[in-house]
Amino acid sequence: MLLKLTCLIPLFPLIGSIINGFFGLKIGKKAVGFIACGSMTLSFLTSVLVYVGYLMLPEGQHVYEQVVWTWFGASDFNVDFGFQVDPLTLVMIFVVTGIGLIIHVYAVGYMQEEFSYYRFFAYFNLFVSAMLLLVMGNNFLLMFIGWEGVGLCSYFLIGYYFEKKSACDAGTKAFIVNRVGDFAFLLAVMYIFNIFGTIDFTEVMHAAPEKLIYAGEAVTIITMLLFVGATGKSAQIPLYTWLPDAMEGPTPVSALIHAATMVTAGVYMLVRCSVLFNLSPMTMTVVAFIGGGTAIMAATIGMTQFDIKRVLAYSTVSQIGYMFMACGVGAYTAAIFHLVTHAFFKACLFLGSGSVIHGIHGEQDMRKMGGLKKHMPITYWTFLISALTIAGIPPLAGFFSKDEVLYHSLMDGNIIFWGMGISAALLTAFYMFRLVFMTFHGESRVDPSVHPHESPKMMTMPLVVLAGLATVGGMLGLPFLHGWHILHNWLEPVLHFDLANALQHSEHMLHEAGRHAPSWAHLLEPKEHNGWIEFALMVFSTVVAITGVVGAYIFYIKRPDLPEKFTQGQWGLDMVQNKYYVDELYDDVFVKPTVEGSNLLWKECDAKAIDGAVNGAAKTIGWFSRQAQTLQSGFVRNYALFIVVGFISLLLAMF
Amino acid sequence: MFLTLITFLPLIGALFLVFMPKESVAAIKQTALAVAVADFLLSIFLWTNFDNTSHKMQFELNVPWIEAWGINFHVGLDGISLLLYVMTTFLTMICVIASWDVKIHVREYMIAMLTLSTGMLGVFIALDLFMFYVFWEFQLIPMYIIIGVWGGPRRVYASIKFFLFTAVGSLLMLVAILWIYLHIQETTGVATADILYITEHLSAPLGTQKWLWMAFFLAFAIKVPMFPFHTWLPDAHVEAPTAGSVILAGVLLKMGTYGFLRFNLPFFPQASYEFVPMIAWLSIIGIIYGALVSMVQVDLKKLVAYSSVSHLGFVMLGIFALNPYGIQGALIQNINHGISTGALFLLVGIIYDRRHTRLISEFGGLAKIMPKYAICFMIVALSSIGLPGMNGFVGEFLILLGVFQVNGLWAACATSGVILAACYILWMFQRVMFLEVKNPKNMNLKDMNVREMFTVVPLIILIFWIGLYPKPFMDTFDASVTHLVSKVNPDNFRPKQEHHDNDHNDKQNEKHGEHARLITPTEMASLNHTLQMPALIKE
Repeated sequence: MLLKLTCLIPLFPLIGSIINGFFGLKIGKKAVGFIACGSMTLSFLTSVLVYVGYLMLPEGQHVYEQVVWTWFGASDFNVDFGFQVDPLTLVMIFVVTGIGLIIHVYAVGYMQEEFSYYRFFAYFNLFVSAMLLLVMGNNFLLMFIGWEGVGLCSYFLIGYYFEKKSACDAGTKAFIVNRVGDFAFLLAVMYIFNIFGTIDFTEVMHAAPEKLIYAGEAVTIITMLLFVGATGKSAQIPLYTWLPDAMEGPTPVSALIHAATMVTAGVYMLVRCSVLFNLSPMTMTVVAFIGGGTAIMAATIGMTQFDIKRVLAYSTVSQIGYMFMACGVGAYTAAIFHLVTHAFFKACLFLGSGSVIHGIHGEQDMRKMGGLKKHMPITYWTFLISALTIAGIPPLAGFFSKDEVLYHSLMDGNIIFWGMGISAALLTAFYMFRLVFMTFHGESRVDPSVHPHESPKMMTMPLVVLAGLATVGGMLGLPFLHGWHILHNWLEPVLHFDLANALQHSEHMLHEAGRHAPSWAHLLEPKEHNGWIEFALMVFSTVVAITGVVGAYIFYIKRPDLPEKFTQGQWGLDMVQNKYYVDELYDDVFVKPTVEGSNLLWKECDAKAIDGAVNGAAKTIGWFSRQAQTLQSGFVRNYALFIVVGFISLLLAMF
Repeated sequence: MFLTLITFLPLIGALFLVFMPKESVAAIKQTALAVAVADFLLSIFLWTNFDNTSHKMQFELNVPWIEAWGINFHVGLDGISLLLYVMTTFLTMICVIASWDVKIHVREYMIAMLTLSTGMLGVFIALDLFMFYVFWEFQLIPMYIIIGVWGGPRRVYASIKFFLFTAVGSLLMLVAILWIYLHIQETTGVATADILYITEHLSAPLGTQKWLWMAFFLAFAIKVPMFPFHTWLPDAHVEAPTAGSVILAGVLLKMGTYGFLRFNLPFFPQASYEFVPMIAWLSIIGIIYGALVSMVQVDLKKLVAYSSVSHLGFVMLGIFALNPYGIQGALIQNINHGISTGALFLLVGIIYDRRHTRLISEFGGLAKIMPKYAICFMIVALSSIGLPGMNGFVGEFLILLGVFQVNGLWAACATSGVILAACYILWMFQRVMFLEVKNPKNMNLKDMNVREMFTVVPLIILIFWIGLYPKPFMDTFDASVTHLVSKVNPDNFRPKQEHHDNDHNDKQNEKHGEHARLITPTEMASLNHTLQMPALIKE
């Protein structure tokens, strides 16, 4: 059985990480790179075998579960250390191991001059292992190991240059902001156990329609908590602030962790729990709004940034907003589709920016670039392809996935969501080409002492591969059967949700509790797939994308003086450029009061109030003792007097 | 007999040390280590011979001691005490290794250490109230001496504070013990202080139960320590030598939580139930308060000490969830805290030995100079904040799960401690380990040596072992906890006629949702079915 190999997929990178971590310094850079990439290759090949094994499963069986051991438990609560393979997991495994492998190869070239090369690859491999646990775990807590594990590796890798204060701060910030999300996630898991008596994905999703009331309080609270958890990991409003700062890490880290894989964990989780989310229309609306809002907000910030990696970081936040919006309107397939294509083109963009930074010796400010096209042609062309993809120019991958999200946000959601999506698309096309033009075209503003050069093969080959994937990745979403595309049919078993059945159960449960169910009939009306609308939307969004690109061309190539004119003295720009002062706001509202309050607690409450009370008690006793001391005067006649008084009062008391 | 032997072996070793010449420091240290190692290995033997399926006392020995008063020398281990017992011998061994560099009065130090070990072991095996009390007070003395003689600059203040806090607390416990002794004699006609007998036969009206409960509570709450009785702990920790801190955090605090499980819960189940909200809120305050105060500490040891207040808050909360999840979580968290915080104190001790300061501001950039040390510190720090896959998570999650069954709000408040823990640990770690090396004194620090590795690495192994496969540990107390929970189950003593009132309360709960009401998980699940309201429906 090929499926028995499942548990090896996360194990290989883990072993690689351990070897590199402990012996990396001794075995030399070549060996470290070899082990890191080798373990990824093994992991990828195993994934292929598992995929083959999965295809050979008997008809009707969609999930393969492998329990390695029982992790922990108490009474009737038991958590398995178990993996599951189902269509969704397979998609994620391929994204993680495939793109992970490509980025590992790139990193071997990119990190060549680093002293603690081995440390980087130990973390990097460990990250992949944790990410695989996250997507392969068969229950909420095993997912949580991966969930926290990727956060931890991200913390290490953001703070990789740990002598830089900004890097350390960014790492700590990322971890703590993520923990806020984890807090909600944990509560959700507890609530789920409370209701279902299990935290196994398959069992929970199976029982959900029978145990939860549609739009009931329980499911709304659970899904809201899960969603808060997702916003932490996936950098959505209000917990997105850590991601732009995370760009302090080396560029391959940004590509793998903060663009292609880890930040999409929230989307994965939402899709994994799609059954629960389907039961709570209120949460779905919130998800869609937050997603759409994040998409726009991050895009506006992205337009004003000058650091090449920060532009890409905001672009990531914005694109993940798209995925959340898709989830929010129930278009989970579209979300996963966009997740996959985004992984291709965003990894390519980040690696391309890394190649640029590498080629001009560490400069990240776009104002000091320009005209790099002729110096680094491979980087330029791959970067251009990816930029076209993310802008949504047909027939590249991003066009299809983005279009599907937009279509569903209009048809399954409403025009507001679509409006948010399309305006974010316009902004995306604009800021991406602002980036392309500022970096590669126009006059060179590079420091004359620096001679830009193309990166070595080790780095450009991954770019070419990723650009290729970004070009053809849209195939996954081409309509083939019954108006639905490959990915949709593939994911169908995971996303299967019988609303009518769930509503029936809910009505029954409400009835038992002595309540009337509202009319849910309108929810069950079948939706039609309107090919014409889809086509019209496609045309429209293409026009929008081209408008964005042309706009950027006018602003940054034709009339480079325009941006100055437009922005001079605008308070709005100032606000956007400073990221709406959200960081400052959080600092003032959360961080500073906590630290000051804690100081107060320590110095006033602990030292003065509690210890003061204790010392006060001791002093009082001391005072009484000193008073009593005076009784013991040493005069015999006083003692005699006490005896007499005592004796008389005793007699009086007795009679 | 075997159990008694293991318990008194360190004391015998200490007596032996008394007769060794003061000058032969090496021989003294080796002897002490040999005794500690032997004791640990023997206690492992207890573990392997322990019958996991029974909640009854094992390795029992019951011989008359003061026959006139019916006081027996009665010892035994059950699932609740076994792991604490083994951890005590284990940490004693680690501490002897960690104290290798003690400069003054080596012989006396080792004598105190070994005597302390016997005292602590005695507390966990005593099955007679008077015997328990004797051991309880007895172990104070060597600890007092260790802090007072080998401690830091303010050692006298700290040791007296430590002694007075604990002694005052236990005085009331003595009164309660005497009352119980007399009461049992009155009601059953048997003059005995046997814990098992009392557990079976003690029946007091609720009012009296509450007073007795409070008397025990005070003694144990100070020991744990619970907010607001915790102020002795930071002082004691800061002034104690490294090994003293490890023992203090690893074992002495656990006596408090052990006391709750051995006395408060089984003796006074109804009173315990009545006091659940109070304990829960005190624990929650402790969790958050400890974490917040820990965050702003400038002294590493104080930071760890306050984090103990936070961690022990979790343990107390778990115990008073009164369900198997919570209590099992609390028991494993007891062990976890001993391991993680013990390791943290060892690690702080390691740089203290090199720099003779513990101020966070004195350090920075150590990761570059002492990489091995940094890795160990990171692992231990992460286990302390409950990263899944490491030991802390298993305990914390079970505790929170147990609390959630009782009250969602409590669980939410307690869970916020998870965020704060990350804040104080990571911030500290950044300031000590990361950034540039600014202080020239830190330039030439030596990385951990082999002996130091020997003290920390076993703890790290345990961190991952419990984190990934805690079954061997959790199995030991499964039966005992099930038995205990069956006794303290609120249903046992919830009066039948109050059922109507309870229903009424349920309806109130529906509205507010934050009152304590203990129900079983299945009940809770069915409640969840019935209480769901489609209030949030979007029309």
